[in-house]
Parts: sequence; C-alpha cells; structure tokens
Amino acid sequence: MTAALSLQEVSCTFVSRDDRSQRYTAVSNVTLDVAPGEFVSVVGPTGCGKSTLLNVAAGLLEPSSGAVRVFGETLVGINHRAGYMFQTEALMPWRSARDNVLAGLQFRGLAERDAAALADDWLKRVGLTGFGDRYPHQLSGGMRKRTSLAQTLVLDPDIILMDEPFSALDIQTRQLMENEVLELWAARRKAVLFITHDLDEAIAMSDRVVVLSAGPASHPIGEFVIDLARPRDVAEVRVTPRFIELHKAIWDVLREEVLKGYAQQKQAA
Amino acid sequence: MWNAIRPTTRNLRIWQVGGLVILFLLWHVLTKPGLIPPLFFDSDNDAKFFFGEPVKILSRIWDWFIVDRDIYQHLWVTLLETVLAFAIGTVSGLIMGMWLALSPLAAAILDPYIKAMNSMPRVILAPIFAVWFGLGIASKVALGFTLVFFIVFFNVYQGVKEVSPTVLANARMLGASRRQLLRHVYLPSATSWVFSSLHTSVGLAFVGAVVGEYLGSSRGVGYLILQAEGTFDINTVMAGILVLTAFALVLDGIVGRVERHLMKWQPRAGETEKL
Repeated sequence: MTAALSLQEVSCTFVSRDDRSQRYTAVSNVTLDVAPGEFVSVVGPTGCGKSTLLNVAAGLLEPSSGAVRVFGETLVGINHRAGYMFQTEALMPWRSARDNVLAGLQFRGLAERDAAALADDWLKRVGLTGFGDRYPHQLSGGMRKRTSLAQTLVLDPDIILMDEPFSALDIQTRQLMENEVLELWAARRKAVLFITHDLDEAIAMSDRVVVLSAGPASHPIGEFVIDLARPRDVAEVRVTPRFIELHKAIWDVLREEVLKGYAQQKQAA
Repeated sequence: MWNAIRPTTRNLRIWQVGGLVILFLLWHVLTKPGLIPPLFFDSDNDAKFFFGEPVKILSRIWDWFIVDRDIYQHLWVTLLETVLAFAIGTVSGLIMGMWLALSPLAAAILDPYIKAMNSMPRVILAPIFAVWFGLGIASKVALGFTLVFFIVFFNVYQGVKEVSPTVLANARMLGASRRQLLRHVYLPSATSWVFSSLHTSVGLAFVGAVVGEYLGSSRGVGYLILQAEGTFDINTVMAGILVLTAFALVLDGIVGRVERHLMKWQPRAGETEKL
C-alpha cells in the first residue's frame, strides 16, 4: 500500500540572511512514512526541528534535499491533500468563528449555501453551536482551538498535520480536546502526523511514536508501535500497565536526547 | 456643597460645558470696551481689535446659520474637498502600500523617492496646485491628497509587512490562491491599520482643504476667513475658526463611530461582553 505521506531522506539547512556562511541544519536524512488511516506522533526535545518536518510535509517549506511523496506523487508547492493545525493562533482575527470555518470552503469556490451548511455542521461537532458569530478574541483558548480544528477538518483532508496543537491549553481542556480529536479521527480514519513534546500525549493518541534526536541535524532514533486497544480515553489509558511500559521504553531513548538538547541550549545562551 | 458638584463620571458633560462657558465669559470680560480698565493695552479698544468679542462672534455664527443661511454652501465645499481628498488619498495609499509591501524590488527602487516626497513640506505645494488645477476644489483636493496619501501608505505598508506568518500559512494551507490571499488576508489586515490612522488622515484631509482655501479660492470656510482677514474683521475670523473647530469635532465623531462599527473584531482592553 502506498503511504499517505512519505518523507524520503529529507534534510533542511537554513542559511542566515545576513551572513551566508552561517548555516544551521535542522533535520537531516529523515525518512518517515505515514500510512492512510495511521496516527503517527513525532516526539523530540525542544528545538529539534519537529515543526520544520511538518512544514516540509505541508509544502510550506522546501527541503534542501530529499523528497516528499503524497499518495505516491512527488509534492510540489502546497500540499493540498493536507490540513494543518498550527501551534500558535492561526485564525483570521477579522472573521467570526463561523467565517473562519467557512474560509477554506470559500477559497475552494464551494457554493455559499453548501459551505454554510457544512460549516454549521462542523461548529456543532466541535461543540461551538451558538458561538459562530463570535470573533476569535471573544473566544477562550480552548474554543479557538476547536474553531481551528473545525476549520481544518471541514475540508475533509486526507492527511492531517498537527503541530503541538494543544500545548497552550490547560491540562483539563487539553485532555478533553485530545479525546475529541481521537473521536473525530476514529470516525474518518485519516492519516495523521502529530508533533508534540509531550510523551504522554503522543503515546495516548498514536498508533506509532517516532523519537527524534536533539538538533542540529536531528533524525529519527527510535520508533515504537503503540499497541494499546482503541477506543482510548487519554486520561484512563495513562494508568494502564502497558502504557507505563511503553512510556518507560520510549523515555529511555528520549531522555538522553532531552539532556543533550538542554545542554546545547544552555551553551548557546 | 462641594460634594454635590464635585466632578464625577456622571456630571462630566456639565463640567465640560461649564468650562466652555467660563472661557467665553472671561473672554467677554477681558475684551468688552469699558467693562474693566485695560490691563495690557494702551487703549480700551485694543483688546477687542486683537481678540474679537465673543458676543459679536456668536451673533456672526447665528447669522451664518440661521438668519442669512449663507454658510452652508461654504461648509459644503469644504466638506466635499475633505471627503474627496480623504477618499482618493486613502484608496491610492492602500493600493500603493499593498503593492510595494508585496513586491520588495519595486519597494527598494522607489524607497528614496517615497522618503523624499514624505519629508518634503507639502503645504508648499499649494501654490503649484493652484496653478495646475485652478482655484476650484481640485487644487484643495490635491493638497489634501498629498497629506493623506503618505499616512495611509506607511500604515498599509507596515500592516502588510506585519501580517502574522501563521495566519498567512494557515490561509495558504486552506487553499487560498495568491489573489484570495490578497483579498482575504492582506487587505483586511491592511485596512485595520488604515482605520488606526483614520482620525489622523481625516484631520489632515481637512487641514489640506482649509489651507488650500485660505491660500486662494472663491468658496469654502477658509475663503470666508481669508476675506474677513483682508478687512481686519477679527470677529468673523474667530467665527470662522469656531465653525471649523466644531466641524472637525463632528467629523471626528463620525469617524469614531464608523471605526467602532467596522473594527468590532478587534479586542479592546478590559472589554467584557454582556450576554
């Protein structure tokens, strides 16, 4: 079966704009496949180029070398089969929640009435009925994330890219959102590439966890299949013995990298 | 006694109006010949000559608006000039700002020219505009335009440059074409910056119109002031200034209203919503 998303020996080197000799290789030789319907998480220490990888997969960033294949086809430009949930605020502040959800449908030239119906349906699914005419600044952080989720999923993308989407939320809201995402995902079974620095979150949600080494030139150093039964409740699954076992196994690999990354950042500072 | 009239948020208006009344009373007392002995001037009539008399000024205004009703055509001309200068200046500033912000090469080439034109004291162009466009409203609109254009231009340029990269990337991921990005991301973001400069640019359009009229025209409030000055009619000059001030206040109020309506998506500090 062809992978929904396939990164092949992707390397990204950034050159400083002021000084061409200053280079920084964020990721090097990353090969990563996500099968259709598979939920893959990438974990790694801060600053290891996780977001870079995701931007490459989205087509927002061109890799220095290597290729991205989307359902077997080489990616050129924006990845139109992917939806992207950003870490930071990405809603258009001048549009109401409903108009934000509508945006993608509008860009695709969908008839107004169909688009409106779809948008309302998704607002309902993420529990925002009645909040459609609020502007982003009138919504709480969790509500904004839900709007983002609806905005991304309303387009029914075959691949969903998520960049630490819940890192700014408090722990309770976060677990609720994680469960909601799992539920929505279970209903449609899209390929998901999920970036996080939270190992618990990664294990609780994914089919597979990929561990990246500390930057620069980070690359996958471990891969773990998460064989926990679905459907899962992210809060409950955390106390099962198998979860703890997996957590320990992955943490053994990750810990050293985290320390390495920390030492490097301290040195640089 | 003091507690009853102490300024609070409720009797704010009364205090504001009271201040104005006191100001006018003082003005009246100090300028009315024969009321008090001259403090600074040699003759009793000098204060009146230099500062005018509020009673006469107000009756002048009364004549303009109620008795003769001849101020309206002048106000209309000044308003028309202001609105035209504002509209043309804003639209071209918006277009130019978006264009230069989105094509760095053009911006790099035009940069010194824009800097030069912006730092030039543009009021000095008024006589040239009068030669080019005549003494009608066109020359005043041109002057107002040069003032408004740069305010809007720099704000839009800044606004487009500061569009959140995440919002931009998000719109691209949602499938926006270059044109749609322009229409749905850059333009709304730039307009918010235009609105933040709205008060300044309307004010400057007004300044352009009045200064233009003052330097040479056949109609408009600036023209009235110019005429009165020619005959040392200080009361009419003061009346004209008062009318212009009130007019500017009304204009500013309207702008504030429009702004509140159009910018409701922007958060205001400490705002809570009544449900």
